[in-house]
Amino acid sequence: MIDTAAHATQGGESRAMAYFAERAKWRWPEFALWIGAFALAFLFPSRALLFNEVAILALFALSLDIVLGYAGIVSLGHGAFFGLGAYVAGLLAKAGAGAGLLSDPTFGLLISAIFCAFVGYITSFLVLRGADLTRLMVTLGVALIFAELANRMAWLTGGADGLQGVMPGKILGLFEFDLFGRNAYLYSLTTLFLLFIVARKVINSPFGVSLRAIKGNALRAGAVGINVNRRLNGAYTLGAAYAGVAGALLAQTTAFVSLDVMEFHRSADVMLIVIFGGVGTLYGAIIGAAAFKILYDLLAAATPQYWQFWLGLILVLLVLFVRGGIMGLVTGVYQRLTGKGGAA
Amino acid sequence: MSQASNSVLATKNLVRRFGGLVATNDVTFSLPAGARHALIGPNGAGKTTFVNLLSGVLPPTSGQVFLDGQDVSAWPVFKRARAGLSRTFQINQLFADFTPLETIGLALSEAHSEGAQFWRRAGTSRAVVDEAVAILEQLDLGDVMEHRVGSLPYGKQRLLEIAIAVAPKPKVLLLDEPAAGVPEGEREQILEIVEALPKEMALVLIEHDMDLVFRFAKTISVLVQGALFVEGPASEVARDPRVRQVYLGESEVEHHLDTPPPGGAGHGHAGEAGRGGAA
Repeated sequence: MIDTAAHATQGGESRAMAYFAERAKWRWPEFALWIGAFALAFLFPSRALLFNEVAILALFALSLDIVLGYAGIVSLGHGAFFGLGAYVAGLLAKAGAGAGLLSDPTFGLLISAIFCAFVGYITSFLVLRGADLTRLMVTLGVALIFAELANRMAWLTGGADGLQGVMPGKILGLFEFDLFGRNAYLYSLTTLFLLFIVARKVINSPFGVSLRAIKGNALRAGAVGINVNRRLNGAYTLGAAYAGVAGALLAQTTAFVSLDVMEFHRSADVMLIVIFGGVGTLYGAIIGAAAFKILYDLLAAATPQYWQFWLGLILVLLVLFVRGGIMGLVTGVYQRLTGKGGAA
Repeated sequence: MSQASNSVLATKNLVRRFGGLVATNDVTFSLPAGARHALIGPNGAGKTTFVNLLSGVLPPTSGQVFLDGQDVSAWPVFKRARAGLSRTFQINQLFADFTPLETIGLALSEAHSEGAQFWRRAGTSRAVVDEAVAILEQLDLGDVMEHRVGSLPYGKQRLLEIAIAVAPKPKVLLLDEPAAGVPEGEREQILEIVEALPKEMALVLIEHDMDLVFRFAKTISVLVQGALFVEGPASEVARDPRVRQVYLGESEVEHHLDTPPPGGAGHGHAGEAGRGGAA
């Protein structure tokens, strides 16, 4: 007789506990990556502005990976939250005029995150009403609406001239944004790092496992009692908040916001980056952002007129021949090196 | 069967149309607690549609579904699952990238209402892990619990399909052809496990295989063209001339009348086999 109240064997239970602990464990390449990223600020201080861009792009891509890679929502309008976050942080820094709480950068990040989470939560109900194609259109439509609003509300956003007079204060009241961008980079990277740890924790939580389940098989996920839409509302909200923080970082570290933050190409680029790096891996977003920026720079320097051609070609080849993007390659090599399966 | 007060699952005048086709035609049905019920019928009789209506995968065109006396007709799948209605699918619905351990852990997290917790690592709830391993060990999945589901042999995947439905301790379990596609050699194990399921769980078996139906079921409903054709104790249904005519081959029914099903001979054996396999 099968007894649903039975207990596991001692051996089985400890094997299971060890299995779960092992799954979420930090691996050495992860430490290497983060130490390396922080070291860059001191090894190549002259390139700090570029690194800062990469860190912001990585956070933006991370936010889309939560939405696309884990919640399985294909969004063509994720840039809307990036832009909103940028405007919120920009307007706060402008209102504070370089001093006090309003200009405090970390306060700006917090408010941008909360604001974008709120907008993300509301719009998630629209997005989740339809299937894949509808979602694509709804996300795109929402982003276009916000872009046009930013354009029309020139009294607030500065319209096509951009938002002038963005004056972020000292970070935590201690560190000033310097001309070379080293503090900016360290600030963006630290934010990325902290939010990455949070994302990693969430993905390894029961909530995160249920997201993977929904993406893997929504029918079965419902049949085990998962309220699929509510979980997706949550993931979309989290992704929106993260994108808002990325936008806020851009506004603060460049002390400027223009309509460009709302442009469609941002949504397209970030999707490219996530696919390029590897969907649903978290690290793919970071590696993808770095690779994208490096490739962009190299190709733009080598063939200023045809760089998009080469970027497109590389993307097509990668998608066709390497399953799982760059992270697919990396985990393949890592598993061959260690003989172990399943990196985080 | 009348709609008695002890029924865990019932339907009233349930209808489902697909365009002009009536897939479920005015079905009123009731299942008592701990039932061992089989739902049979020729191909295209609407068995799977009926199961989809019961579990909420499809909304009914009209009529009602009751779970524990409560009208759940408008409830989505997940809500019915939480209220104690589990099912397996004719075609495996599993998470290929999960391990059996994660799969059952997921199902149990939901059953314990811990599935939305985002602040702690999965696998730190001792009760969930303990229960998950216990059920995997009993269903002979203990030794493969850390393997990727997609790479398991089909028979093991079929066992997992049952395990994921059983783990949350449902009141009602709908088994949609549990042994479908399983090679002959592994079939017996599935049958033994189905027979060994807890007595208090009401089971509905949808099956083509008459050997399995008569071995397992105490009561049978025959569905023909979406409507309940005959219903009653297994022996009566087998003797019913209309059923013979519409559905069963004469010789097969006579065979089952001559040799009544053995009463739970496989029970203890399945349990022992499960534990033995995990040791």
